[in-house]
Amino acid sequence: MPVSPRRSMVLGTVAVALVLGACGGDGDDEAGESANTVTVRGCNPQAAFVPANSNEVCSGDILDQVFSYLVRYDAETGQPENEIAADITSEDSKTWTITLQDGWTFHDGSPVIAQSFVDAWNWAAFGGNATLNSYFFEPIQGYADVQGQFDEETGEYTEGSAAAETMSGLQVVDDLTFTVTLSQPESQFPMRLGYTAFAPLPESFYDDPEAYGQHPIGTGPFEFESWEPNIDVRLAAYPDYNGEVKPSIDGAVYRIYENDDAAYNDLQANQLDIMPLLPTSALAGDTYKIDLGDRFLRRETGVFETITFAAATAVDPRIRQAISMSINRQEIIDTIFAGARVPATGWVSPVVPEAQDDACGVYCTYDPTAAQELYAETAGIEEPLELTYNADSDHKAWVDAVCNNIQTTLEIPCVGIPVVDLATFRDLVTNRELGGIFRTGWQMDYPSLENFLVPIFATGASANDGDFSNDDFDRLVGEAAAATGEEGVALYHEAESLLAEFMPAIPLWHRVNIAGYSTHVENVRLTVFQTVDLLSVTTTG
Amino acid sequence: MGRYVTRRLLQMIPVVIGTTFIIYALVWALPGDPFAGRCGARPCPPAYVQAMTDKYNLDDPLPIAYVKYLGSLLQGDFGETFQGLSVGEELLRAYPTTVKLALVAIAFEILIGIGAGILAGLRRGSFIDNLVLVSTLVVVSIPVFVIGSVLQLFLGMRWGIFPATVGGDASLYNLILPGFVLASLSLAYVARLTRTSLAENRRADYVRTAIAKGLPQRRVIGIHTMRNSLIPVITFIGADFGALLGGAIVTEGIFNVPGVGNLIFRSITTRDGVMVTGAVTVLVLVFLLVNLLVDLIYGWLDPRISHG
Repeated sequence: MPVSPRRSMVLGTVAVALVLGACGGDGDDEAGESANTVTVRGCNPQAAFVPANSNEVCSGDILDQVFSYLVRYDAETGQPENEIAADITSEDSKTWTITLQDGWTFHDGSPVIAQSFVDAWNWAAFGGNATLNSYFFEPIQGYADVQGQFDEETGEYTEGSAAAETMSGLQVVDDLTFTVTLSQPESQFPMRLGYTAFAPLPESFYDDPEAYGQHPIGTGPFEFESWEPNIDVRLAAYPDYNGEVKPSIDGAVYRIYENDDAAYNDLQANQLDIMPLLPTSALAGDTYKIDLGDRFLRRETGVFETITFAAATAVDPRIRQAISMSINRQEIIDTIFAGARVPATGWVSPVVPEAQDDACGVYCTYDPTAAQELYAETAGIEEPLELTYNADSDHKAWVDAVCNNIQTTLEIPCVGIPVVDLATFRDLVTNRELGGIFRTGWQMDYPSLENFLVPIFATGASANDGDFSNDDFDRLVGEAAAATGEEGVALYHEAESLLAEFMPAIPLWHRVNIAGYSTHVENVRLTVFQTVDLLSVTTTG
Repeated sequence: MGRYVTRRLLQMIPVVIGTTFIIYALVWALPGDPFAGRCGARPCPPAYVQAMTDKYNLDDPLPIAYVKYLGSLLQGDFGETFQGLSVGEELLRAYPTTVKLALVAIAFEILIGIGAGILAGLRRGSFIDNLVLVSTLVVVSIPVFVIGSVLQLFLGMRWGIFPATVGGDASLYNLILPGFVLASLSLAYVARLTRTSLAENRRADYVRTAIAKGLPQRRVIGIHTMRNSLIPVITFIGADFGALLGGAIVTEGIFNVPGVGNLIFRSITTRDGVMVTGAVTVLVLVFLLVNLLVDLIYGWLDPRISHG
């Protein structure tokens, strides 16, 4: 077919464009993964990789591999053990002396010294740096002095408005020792030192925090190699890692997927090695057991879901207890969550080493008759009950089921009210614009009793969405913080049991992560933080 | 010609300003504080909220905030995402992949769509014609995520011919599957459009004249009929190319293609307003330019359409 000059022009343009398209773009990476590298499902971090700004799984997952902290939580039991710290001691639970082990280094070769921690914590707490995790340093003496002020006119931080540059509670004694003075005694303080926010930082961080956020330098078993947003994060084993257990793999690639099902399909095709949380579609009808055989594992995690009563709702605690007793938790878990939850029997996650069984007792046990009897004793509630939730996640099904339970058992009309997304929903909650009852969830920062009780139920606490206030509870957690060892644990347990009397929030269930892995890896374990324990993973070659 | 292009380019200015303003206003007008959900069950530290509010000019009235945004946009600064990444760089990273994917899809539309359309149009009422009509009808009636998931299951996971997802390795081969899925719907339209248009033109006077002149069949169809028949098809493909450059949220999601669609989807869910506005601004520009290009191609194909 003879081709006219005009058409050849058009065809030629298309052909050239195709070729250019094929050559263009530098995203191509033909190198492939080496046999002893594992690929893990990753997601897009919400902030750059700076420990003080990491408060969600996507970045925390990576930073926990790149950093070792003062303490580490045993992957199986969640029990904290000293890692960089040689010793953490205190006589009065108020002034803590922390000594470091010698021999730890950052990935750039510089040694980890007391100053590395003190400077990092001061930087994180300083108001002008506006970090997401600054409230973790609130218990340290002098925190208020470093906050400073924002200019009302321009909205910018006013330089020099803080009374101090550093917190008075942090003192370096020598290269390997520093002291932390808290504003109030806190016996469980060492428990929290394995959280991302408490990471040490190298000198180079302060030169350019933004560049550091693109390429963090840590102390942990894996060095950060590269981050290509939307594509992957690459880690390589750090040869001079000082920890007891060295990783057996050469490195890991956190491959970023926007879509859960795409990642799950790659897992089935053996193109992705580890997926720490299987999607709902794979859990439905236990499909994953057919797809993966025995290549999956279940792990209870510190994610806890509750329903909170707005301060003015059902003020009579007996109504709240009756509502809790009318919810058939096990049935909802079996039918809606395909077993990826365990019913809650208290307000502390079972992954916390000292958690007690059954703090909530009969009030968290499904018993329609008892619920009806208890409800009959009260004046009841006049208006229909509104259960508000954010509609951008899988909440509708269980909200409807819970409402159905309440309606059937207690004959209180109950409706689920969706709110468009989490940001809008949390805004309504924070501004106390919601009545009725609403969904609340808590993802623990560190596995301690205190972390499940104080931030949520102490008077005026940051996550006390139902404005619960009880003098006895406040006194008990206050005494528990000052007491040590068994005594402190017993006091926290007492405080938790007290919640059953007032039912400020109904415990629903704890999340169970179901992870899947390919035939390329073995010995996959998950930590209590839902992350993969890369130290234990081995490849099959 | 030159005046025409200049006029069209000038017309783009109000369109771009108008669309970016609408997007900017909509993105930041969403109810609720965009930083309220970022610290789990706790409100974020006040210093953080304050600093972010200042960074994104959220305490300014909307017109002032928009003018500030437009000001930095004119200097080529698209701003920063919540992650502290440059929006411009993010777009530069995502665009080559989306362009490649769009070109693969267009190649399928041209090869299979026009090819099948010509075959069907030349032999109207034949078996091939009916086959094309029925199979395109089937494709048109299946939603794209079904086609995508089914092809991914068989070609990607069961038989392992193509990788199940694309990820960071956006090579031409890896993009064949998502490109085909992306093209499938338009491909059906292209085939039907080509068939109808070709069939109609075969009855046109100038074709009869050409046959009467004794021109060989190949020349009559290949030159005289085809060129005119392709005009509506080119219009369609051009508009489709513009749309494809806007990213394909569903297909990119299924095959984990790190393109613009994925980027916009993620930015919407994380309420990253600067990223959404920046991406949409670029999309509007691209769409306008592609449309201009298509209009210019008309002149090449059919000299009767002149842009003076």
